[in-house]
Amino acid sequence: MTLVSGWGRFPVVDSDVLRPRSFEAVGEAVATGSVARGNGRAYGDAAIGAVRTIGMTGFDRVRSFDPAAGRIRLEAGVLLSDLIDTFGPRGFLPFVVPGTRFVSVGGAIAADVHGKNHHCEGGFGRYVDGILLRTGQGETIEVSREQNSDAFFATVGGMGLTGVILEATMRLRPVETGWIRERVISASDLDAAMRALEASDAATYSVAWIDCAARGRDLGRSLIYLGEHARTDELADGAGAFPAGKGPGLAVPIDLPSMTLNRYSIRAFNELYYRMGARRAGGSHVVSLYPYFFPLDSIGDWNRIYGRRGFLQHQCVIPEPGARAVLGEILDRVARRGDASFLAVLKKLGQGDGILSFPLPGYTLALDFPVKGDILNFLDEIDRLVVTAGGRLYLAKDARQSRATFAAGYPALSRFNAIRKSLDPAGTIRSKLSQRLFDEV
Amino acid sequence: MTSRKSVLVLGGSSDIGRAAARAFARAGYDVALAGRDVTVLEPDVADLRARYSVEVGLHKFDVLDTASFDSFVSSLPALPDVVISIVGLLGVQQNAESDLAHATTIMRSNYEGPSLILGLFAEKFLARGNGTLVGVSSVAGDRGRASNYVYGSAKAGFSAFLSGLRARASRGGVHVVTVKPGFVRTKMTEGMKLIGPLTVEAPVVGDAILGAVERKTDVVYVSGKWRLVMLIIKTLPEAVFKKLKF
Repeated sequence: MTLVSGWGRFPVVDSDVLRPRSFEAVGEAVATGSVARGNGRAYGDAAIGAVRTIGMTGFDRVRSFDPAAGRIRLEAGVLLSDLIDTFGPRGFLPFVVPGTRFVSVGGAIAADVHGKNHHCEGGFGRYVDGILLRTGQGETIEVSREQNSDAFFATVGGMGLTGVILEATMRLRPVETGWIRERVISASDLDAAMRALEASDAATYSVAWIDCAARGRDLGRSLIYLGEHARTDELADGAGAFPAGKGPGLAVPIDLPSMTLNRYSIRAFNELYYRMGARRAGGSHVVSLYPYFFPLDSIGDWNRIYGRRGFLQHQCVIPEPGARAVLGEILDRVARRGDASFLAVLKKLGQGDGILSFPLPGYTLALDFPVKGDILNFLDEIDRLVVTAGGRLYLAKDARQSRATFAAGYPALSRFNAIRKSLDPAGTIRSKLSQRLFDEV
Repeated sequence: MTSRKSVLVLGGSSDIGRAAARAFARAGYDVALAGRDVTVLEPDVADLRARYSVEVGLHKFDVLDTASFDSFVSSLPALPDVVISIVGLLGVQQNAESDLAHATTIMRSNYEGPSLILGLFAEKFLARGNGTLVGVSSVAGDRGRASNYVYGSAKAGFSAFLSGLRARASRGGVHVVTVKPGFVRTKMTEGMKLIGPLTVEAPVVGDAILGAVERKTDVVYVSGKWRLVMLIIKTLPEAVFKKLKF
């Protein structure tokens, strides 16, 4: 057994980790209590097998690429960073990228990840046209919107529980450049932030970073980052069509003492970040896609900043109408508590595609907290607000929600379970997350 | 025929082989992969073709079949600019201690075959007056250790061969690179206890090989820390060293 955890480094649990090198070996590895794992960027226990974890990053080959259609067939272990670095300079990018590019294609499908364009362009799964799936009962099947469509929509957002994703066919976005024309809007409070996001529906990319240390009149003050793909004629003279990709520049070499992040350092950081961003507000300028989409990727192992005990990310979505009051209440409780960190992100979402996909029309708020003190109780209380408002939590981030919270948030669970059962009658595929939230005990 | 430079990767199905092939293709080299089982390499050929706008070839090559080396080299459509040997076999030290056939296979896979094939290409390169040969050896060849001296001694032989070949070939315009990767997270090291700060991912080795070829480096320790670690290990007096179990 090996100790395994997700990106949040909580919980840390035992699971056998296998790294098969052929699809036949994947088949042999699938045993009772196993689930596939990509690059380990799910925060909690989603990519940890109940008994056995099947590492898929060795499957990193592109099968074929058709530049005329922008269509690519690839193995599930290919990372989005690899796709961007390889196909970006040829004028193609993934349609949807989450906040880190170090996720595998298989993981991005399983979590149906969303990006800053979900409000207008949907999630990762919308651009996936076919998936080669190794089911729990030992079949290898191709699933798509036309073929085995139930299995397809259960696999998109299905957290790896319909089987091991081996390959996928997806469409890439043709782009002129790898640069983003960014516009920053500063919003003095939550109402202003939500109005700004509402008014930016036509923007391809939009996201708000919230100063979660601000309270009272300033509660919810934010910087809103809008973005469009820059055309060649918008680039500065001498800028290449594609920016140089960079690996992590800095890295957090050790677990920082958990006291590094305290209410004072967080407040100072948020204050500084807000003021620096507010100075850029107004006009538009062109930035590389890397800092625009992946600001934290430039700091290697940033998860260690929260110390040895790890951290929790709480990401909920609250449906409209009525999101304003609930978000205000959550932000107020967080601001009073004082230990939320520099990641507080507000974003408008549209309809999700998969049966268990996280997005629904409304607002999503992501916050992270070091694991200490009474944080679990605090988050349980936040969950009650979310459930009452008809919202739900993002499984790719979750490490601690209750079965009741999950069941309330995902009413399509019974449909998902029926499809899962038809693909895997013996219940072979099981993760720590599925055990925690909905497997029959 | 293209005017691009070309690289031949022997042992292309290894993780380091895949990484090296991608690094060179990204830099604009035409790539040929060679390995014992060409069907295993076909997906890698497709991968390189889909990713990069370069020519990709595929050849059968068995490092233990030294009798075939002459015809292997002469059957290539063109003499490449760069040849990289990543062929090797870690084997199982404990078995090799009593199973002579296994020990022989380890020795031949890591020393005899790679040395002979690179030596053969060296003659062709010297006749042409240019070219680069890369041998992926190992820090294990820097000093024989109790836990892997069959493998280590073969790598030591390979390193010595490369060193001598470099000295001779450099006068004829041919460069020889010795690569000592240290711990790399690959299928070969699967299940081994690797020391985190001394361990790198295969793509780092691929990039290091490309960098060494372009900068004409002689000996590359992929992680600089290994140069220091091996310096210490090499300088320990034998009386002390023989008491160590690692």
